[in-house]
This record gives sequence, C-alpha cells and structure tokens, in this order.
Amino acid sequence: MLVSKKKVAQIVENADQQVIQGRSQWQDAMTRFKANKASLASVFILFLMVAVAFLGPYLNEWDYETIDWALTGNAAEMGAPSIANGHYFGSDDLGRDLYSRVMQGTQISLMVGLIGTIVAVVVGVLYGAVSGYFGGRIDNLMMRFVDILMSIPYMFILIILFVMFGRSVYLLFIGLGLFSWMDMARIVRGQTLTLKHKEFIEAAVAAGVSDFTIIVRHIVPNLIGIVVVYTSLMIPNLILLESFISFLGLGIQEPLTSWGALISDGAKTIQYGTLWQLLFPLGFFVTGLFCFFFIGDGLRDAFDPKDR
Amino acid sequence: MIDNNNNFKKIMMASAVSAALALTSTTAFSAKHPVTGDELAADQSYTYRLLDGIPTIDPQLVEGVESSVVVRDLFEGLLNQDDLGNNIPGVAKSYDLSDDKKTYTFHLRKSNWSNGDPVTANDFVYAWRRAVDPATASPYSWYMEMMAIKNGAAIIKEGMDPKELGVKAVDDYTFEVTLDAPLPYFPGMVTHTTTFPSHQATVEKFGKDWTRPENIVGNGAYVLTEWTLKEKNVRERNTKYWNNDKTILDKVTALVINDENQALIRFKAGDIDKTEIPAGQYPSMKKSNPTEAFSFPRLCNYYYTFNLSDSGPEAFKDVRVRKALSYALDRNVIVKNVLKGGQFPAYTFTPAATAGFTVPEVPYAAWTQKERDAKAKELLAQAGYGKDKPLKFDMLYNTDEAHKKVATVISQMWKQKLGVNAVLANQEWKTFLETRKKQNFELARGAWCGDYNEASTFLDLMTTQAGYNHGKWVNTEVDTLMSDAKTSETPNKNYTRVEQLMADEMPVIPVYHYTGIYMIKDTLKGWPIKNVQQTIYSRTFYKAAK
Amino acid sequence: MFSFIIRRSFSSIPTILILILISFALMRLAPGSPFSTDRGLPPEVLANLEAKYGLNLPWFEQLYTYLKGILFNFDFGPSFKYKDRSVNDILAQGFPVTLTYGIWSFIVAVAVGIPLGIAAAVKHNTKLDYAAVGFSIGAQVLPNFVMAPILVIIFTLWLNWLPGGGWNGGQWQYLIMPIIALSTSYMASIARITRSSMLEVLHSNFIRTARAKGLPYRSIILRHALKPAMMPVVSYLGPAFVYMITGSVIIDIYFSTGGMGQFFVDAALNRDYSLLMGVTIVFGVMTILFNTLVDITYAWLDPKIRL
Repeated sequence: MLVSKKKVAQIVENADQQVIQGRSQWQDAMTRFKANKASLASVFILFLMVAVAFLGPYLNEWDYETIDWALTGNAAEMGAPSIANGHYFGSDDLGRDLYSRVMQGTQISLMVGLIGTIVAVVVGVLYGAVSGYFGGRIDNLMMRFVDILMSIPYMFILIILFVMFGRSVYLLFIGLGLFSWMDMARIVRGQTLTLKHKEFIEAAVAAGVSDFTIIVRHIVPNLIGIVVVYTSLMIPNLILLESFISFLGLGIQEPLTSWGALISDGAKTIQYGTLWQLLFPLGFFVTGLFCFFFIGDGLRDAFDPKDR
Repeated sequence: MIDNNNNFKKIMMASAVSAALALTSTTAFSAKHPVTGDELAADQSYTYRLLDGIPTIDPQLVEGVESSVVVRDLFEGLLNQDDLGNNIPGVAKSYDLSDDKKTYTFHLRKSNWSNGDPVTANDFVYAWRRAVDPATASPYSWYMEMMAIKNGAAIIKEGMDPKELGVKAVDDYTFEVTLDAPLPYFPGMVTHTTTFPSHQATVEKFGKDWTRPENIVGNGAYVLTEWTLKEKNVRERNTKYWNNDKTILDKVTALVINDENQALIRFKAGDIDKTEIPAGQYPSMKKSNPTEAFSFPRLCNYYYTFNLSDSGPEAFKDVRVRKALSYALDRNVIVKNVLKGGQFPAYTFTPAATAGFTVPEVPYAAWTQKERDAKAKELLAQAGYGKDKPLKFDMLYNTDEAHKKVATVISQMWKQKLGVNAVLANQEWKTFLETRKKQNFELARGAWCGDYNEASTFLDLMTTQAGYNHGKWVNTEVDTLMSDAKTSETPNKNYTRVEQLMADEMPVIPVYHYTGIYMIKDTLKGWPIKNVQQTIYSRTFYKAAK
Repeated sequence: MFSFIIRRSFSSIPTILILILISFALMRLAPGSPFSTDRGLPPEVLANLEAKYGLNLPWFEQLYTYLKGILFNFDFGPSFKYKDRSVNDILAQGFPVTLTYGIWSFIVAVAVGIPLGIAAAVKHNTKLDYAAVGFSIGAQVLPNFVMAPILVIIFTLWLNWLPGGGWNGGQWQYLIMPIIALSTSYMASIARITRSSMLEVLHSNFIRTARAKGLPYRSIILRHALKPAMMPVVSYLGPAFVYMITGSVIIDIYFSTGGMGQFFVDAALNRDYSLLMGVTIVFGVMTILFNTLVDITYAWLDPKIRL
C-alpha cells in the first residue's frame, strides 16, 4: 500500500511537471483562445470600447457635466442626436451631452463589472471549493453562513457602511463585492461535491497531495466552465446593482453617471419621445455583454482541462 | 281564488310600474348636475393614483396628505372646508363663542354612523381624549397641543388623565371645548382629520383591526369596502350619511402606482382619472391634453439652507458668499426649463398664494438675472473667493428624481458662472433627515408646506427655537417680530420685515414655490383647484357624461 | 435522507437565531428611526410613540420580547409604519401574492430555460444555438425596470389587452405581465447555465465512449448526460427560486401587486424594524429550505454525494 501510494504520488507529480515542462498551460490556452474568432473579435471590440470611453470625450467639445442651456428642458424638441450642435448622441433632459455621459458611464460601469467580478470569482470560487471539498461539518457551517448572508437586510449594511465611512467609490466596490460572491460560492460548492468523487481527485487524495494543492490545482481548473458562464451572467446584474447602491447615496453621484443610471433614466422617459436617451446607453450595454459572453466562452474553451 | 288572483296581478302591475318609475326617476336624477347642469355619466366612479400604500386610516393616528383624503371620505368632523378653503358646517350645524373667547360650543346635527348609531357629542369627546392620550401615541398629538385645549399639553407631556381634557358633551348634540387662551383660528383647526370622531364601541371591540373594511364604522360620505396594502383602497357610497342625497359619486378607488411615469401611462390608458405629472412633462401634457393638465399654486416652498451653526463651513458665515450663491441661482431656468410645471420663482420664503400675504419687495427680486449675476461675481470676489481660492462645499439632497435635477442644474449654474464647486451628495430619506437634523451638512435642501393658510406657518421656521430651522440661523429681531405677530392687529408688517431681513442676511436660498400639477380627466368635475391647501372631499366630485 | 433532514432542521434553528441577532443589531445601528419625519416630532410625542412600541426599553429586553412573541405566539409584532396592521397581517397579504407570481415565473423560467439550453448545447454552433444565446443576452440587457414600462405601453396602452397593474386576488390577466417581466432574465440565466453545463458533459469522456458504442444520441442525452448536466442548474435554481417567490421590488412597484418584494425595501427605507425583521425571517427560512432541497437533489443527481 505504502509503495503504491508513493508511486501514484510520483505519477501525479510527474504528470504535473510534464505539463509545465512541455508547453506551458498558459501558452497552450492562448493558442486555443486565439483560434476562437468570436472571442478574439470581442476582445478587440472591448478594447475599442475602453479606448473610446477614455479618448472619446476629447473628440467632443461638451464634457459630461456642462449644461447646454439652450437645450435645458427642451430635450424632446431639440435634444435629438445631431452633428450640427455637437451632441452626437443627443442630450439628456437637463441639456447635458449624452455622448460624453455615455463615455463617462462606460468607464465607471466597466470598472464596476471588472472589480465586482474579481471579488466574486476569487472569494466565491475559493469559498465554494473549500466548503464542498471538505464537506461535513465545515461545509455545513460555511453554507449556513452563506444562508445568513443571503437573507440579511443588505440595505442596512450599505447604509451603515455609508454612515461609518462616508461616501467613496471604494465603498461602492466593497458593497458590490459583498453581494456578488454568495451565489457563486453555492454553485461552485455544488460542482465540487461531484468533482471530489471523481477518480483523479480520489487518486490525488490517495497520493497524499495536500488539500490546498488539490483544491487549487485539480478542483478549481475543473470548475472553469460553470464559473465562466455564471460570471458572464453576473456582470450585467452587478452593473445594474451599482445604480441601486447609488440610490442609497453610497456610490456614484451626479454629475458622474454609469450605464445603470443612464438606462434607468432613459427607461423613465420612453413615453416622452426621447428614446435616444435609452438606446445609446443600452446599445453600449448590449455590446459590452456580448463581448463578455464571447470572451468568457473563449476562455472556457481555452482553459477547460477536459478538452485537452 | 279569483280575488286572490286579481290581487296578485295588481301587485305585479304595481311593482312593475314602480320599478319603471324608479328607473326613470334615477335616470332623471342622474341626468343633470343640480348646480352646473352638466349631463352626468351613468358610471359614477372615480379612480386615482396613490404614490404609496396608506399607512393608517385611524383618524387619530393618521398623518400625511393622501391618508387624510381617505379619512375625510370615511369620517366627518365638526366643520368642513368649501372649495375655496372657507369653513362650512360639517357634523356641527353651527357654533358659539363665549365672551372671553375661550369656550366654543358646537351644535351638532342629528346624523348617523354607518352602522345606524347616532353620532353624538360623546363621540367627539371620546375621539379628542383618544388623540391626546399617550397610550394612543398619536404622531399628531402635537396638533391637539397647538389647539390650546385646556389641559391638553399636560396630558401629553406630564401624563395627566385624558379625562381632564377641556372637552364636554353638554348633551348628545352639544359639544363644548374650553381653551387655555383665545385662538382666533381655532374653528379652522377642527377641519383637520385628527379631530374627527371615532366610534368607541368599534375601536374597543377590534383594537387596531377596527379600520378594516369588515369592521370599520364611519360617519363620512363613503364606507370602506376594500383595502389591500400597496395595491388599492376602495370606498363606496354610505347611504346613512346625512347629506347622502347630495353625493353624486358612487365609488372612489385609489390605486397604488409607485412610479409616476407608469402612472401617467395608466392615465393615458384610461385606468385612472387623476394622477400627478412628472417633473418637466407639464407643457407637453398641456399641449396634448389641454383640458386635462392642471397647474395651480400650492402652499409650499422649496429652498436650500446654509448651515450657519458651528459645524457649518467658514465660508457660509460670510453673508457675501450666501448672497452671491443666491443671486447666481437663475430661478427662471429651474422653473421654466427643469420643472416646467408653472411653479413660481421664489425670492421670498413665503409663497404669494398665502392668504392675506402680499409679497414684500426685496431688492434682488426686481433685478434682471444679468444684474444678479454681476452682483454675485462682485460679492464673491469681495469675500475673497476666486480662481486661486475656489469655493467648494457639499450640497445635500434626498434621493429623488426631481431633487436631483434641480440640484444638478443649480450646481452647474454656480460652476459656470462663479467657478464654485458644489459637490452633489444624495442620501436616502431617513439618513438625510438624521444628517440634516444633526447639522452634519454644508448646504441642504429643505421644503415646507403650510399647516394653515397664514404666513406665520412659514416664517416661524426662521425663529431661533424652531425645530425645522436646520441652518440654525439666529436673529433676535426675527424672534421678536414673530412672537409679536401672534397678537398683532397688523401682523403683515412684521412678516414683511422678516422677509426683508432674510433677503439681507440670506440664511436660506429660496428656489421656488410649489404648484399642484395634475392630470385630471375631462369627465371628472369639481376638483377644488382654488383651495391652496388641497383639502379634498371626494363627495364634491362628479363624473360628467362624455 | 431522513436523518439528514432532521440534522438540517436542527442546524437551521441557530442559523435563524444568528440571522435575527445580526439583523437586529444592523437595524439599531442604522441612522434614523421609524418615527423620524421631515418636520420632526416634538420630544414628548416621540417619547409616547417609543413607549408604545417598546423602543424605550434596553435592547436586550426588546430582543427578548420579540423572540418570545415569535416562539410562543408566532407573533412578529406590530408594524411601525402601517399602524392598523401587524407584521403577521402584512406577511399574510404579501407572501401569497409573491408566492403566486413567483411560482409561475419559476415554472415558466424552468420550462422554457432548460429545454432551450439543452437544445442549444445539442445543436452547438448552429443557428438555433446562436438564437438561444442571442435571446438570453437580450433578456439580460432588458432589465425588468426597462421591460415593465415597455410591457405596459404595449399591452395596456396600445393593445388594451391586459390591465396595467394591480392584483385583484390574482386573476390571470393580472398575472401575465408580472410573470413575463420576472421570469425572462431567470429564463435566460437557466438556459445559459444549462447550455454550458450540457456542452461540458457532452464533451466528457463517458459520453464520447457511449457514442462510440453506438448508442442512440437521444438516449445518451436523456439518460446519461442530463443528470450530471443538471448539477449547476440546480445549484442556481435554489437561490433563484427564493428570489422569485420572495418577490421583486421592481415587479411590485411597476405592477402594484402589493407583494413582499416592495415591503422588504420599503421597510428598510422606513426603518419599520418589525416588518423588516418579519420579511427577513421569511427570507431566511426560505433560503435554508430551498438550499436544503438543492442538497437533497444533489444526492439524487449524483448518488456518490453523501448527505
């Protein structure tokens, strides 16, 4: 038994080393990713969007906060998109340039999406994998904690955070991070429960590979499919959640804006003939989500260990 | 047998005739409005939009405008208001005032509760004691205190037995009130819902459940038939109401529609007869529905207050800074381009619509905006703020679409004209209240709606002791002027002086005075647009035929 | 399984207790009180109100009274804002409403989402797949606060087919728009998760082996692929179902349903402590219940998982 255990450990070790010594996992994944045209195109479009979001404002005489007094209160009549008056995307109800506001909102929302995703993925995946892998009491304890967090009146946490620390963008990210990881943790834990009975994990356990190594090297890579798809589902929710947090007074304040705020403003005025106020931010939102989806799809294909 | 048969036939005939008669008589009755002569619609039901669920309809616990509307339909107090806001008889046919002006005697008419019990003076005694009883914990008990009823304050503050309240049922139809001091506007105060009667047996039998449709007993023109929280509230004709013959509207339905834009869609779809118009949409609605869009003055103001207490910023202690900010605020843009609901640009605190109040002349009101802007720049420079020392402060408002628009526009005006950086900060309602109450702000939004139709309801806020004086402006002359005004024959002089002092010192920046901006269906008649307090009685409305 | 349920029931009691404790602390720490108003109440009136609702007592006494009420009388106390009603009354009104439109939304979301996801995976990289992906992204892009007004404009204002809001005891006409608005984004998520999970299973070795053996594709999918592919979907459905049946504030606001979702947000904004606590407890019980159900389903989907 002892011998065989050692042997298995060796084989596992070797297998790992082989991968590293051969083509690195990273290079391998990159090659696959590059082969996926939709993903590559999405990366390109997303880059373009980031570039436009940061450089776009320089192409326009109006910034995101200055009011064009000639248009204030006349959005429906005079605020439609126009090259002539310099408002390429039209104006909002107060006469501010929608083009610049969409650009500025894009910056914020992409940032929100990025940071929220990182928190959710890192915390959620590790928490879920640990809980599922150890199982039993630890799992029970960890999952009851998630149950509690899922049902707590989260608005109060936000309000109290606000009162204690005052307004700041960091708080917004903390707030988003706090609520984004629990569902992820539950889904990851569910997958881990099945994974840990798979042969390759049992082999690793038998070989005496440390728990931490098993989780990081064997479980987490096998979760990539579900993590990617759930992340791409979560991003739009995070981006919209931001506008709710701002509603409580914590997040982005006027005159700064975000996709969520712009879409919600646009939705309020759909019956008043200013449809561009909804369509432009929504267009950016849609494009962004498609990009996230295809990039996620590509990443999954590239990193999924089963496909090797 | 034959006889019997004949009788039967006769009865049949008679009932057929009377049914026909009844039919013609009701149609004849409902055909024309007795006063205006409008042709009446067959379906006399009225549906309106409510912003939120009605918290309570217990007359002694009720607070808030919309809840009071419901209570005024279900209950009736001693006096009512007509559509101009004058007092008219309610349950009391008339009242007498004693020579020392401290005792009011109300003579009640014979009327009934919706369960058939007579409405007596004892019902008022019960209700008024209930309103001041600490056990009831009425949030409006302060109102009873303001009425200066004998022992009222002692009951609320010191726990004296509510039975000691200075009210008495001399007999079933005579209700007597003794005051601590003469109070000329006392009769007007009994039109308020807190003073409405409640039915003792029902309250005691059902406890807090007494206001449910299946339990409630009222004496108003309508009875409650359905009430689902945050969904709807339905009231139907009370045939036992003393003036039922004059009531035309059969049914009143309030639908909770939280989102104002959604409510407007529902109005356009014909689901509701009345709703508020969202900020900025009045002109276009007036254009598309000229006879249905209404804007009329309300007794409310809207302003920003400087924090002048120790916790406030140093800059605001300089009157030149305060004036500069006030002058550079172009109120016409706010009113005409942002809110667009016929609101009035405000240069004084008290709305012009206030009864007996003439807007005093304050110098900057008469200037052109250009002159104001020039003066603002000059003052700010004098105060030492400019490019090398820019003025920066937080501007606090509570989360709301219209407040956000106004604040954004104001901050941009200051930025573009004066180079001042006003950082917008919104907070959710209760946090906002707490922040403002604790003087934890620099510049904060404020608004006040008059409790009664007289200038002191606004100007009292500027006295040192006033709870709503969030900016903590202290001016002893204002204090004296306001306390003198209470007994003065010509209080308007004092009010004018206070307004002038405010224009000199600029403790707050008046922005605009409110209007009520409603969509009201063509067919719904009788809305009291001339009543600045908007005291609504659904029974005074009717539906005209199209 | 029976012993699992017993064990889980026991562990849920301290969970709920901790939930109550934390929520209680959070509420007392938050600024503002249920009775703070714009004009502010005179101190003596405030004192009377606080005495009536027991807020003048020390916090542990308040907590004790509260817990005692729940344990012995199943009484969640009076609402601070809706003075004519107890929290029990409000929950009794709101919960059936959200339960009704929530369960229907769940059924619709699952009945459409799972088959759509399976079809998309089986027909990977075909037009059907693209359409499914396009639909699911589209559904997420139109969040329900955009969709709700659009639905009302189309079905109420233009077509006049459906009532624009209200509940009316849950008549079907009043249910349609809330269900569409609530279920669409869940439907999209379910379809996406199903699709991705199914794809993964279809690429795995045992399915390849089964195909190599020449088993009919249809039976491979239904018999062998479906169960393992459902694992992540089930994980997602647990919390999703709780979110659906406890209601959505957006649905309640736009369609005036009188449901619980709005009470949850409003109670927090109004600092209606007891109502918020009541809703939180319902929320907590549902979360525990459905996560337990999910765990039981795991064991059914994968017999190797021990409960």
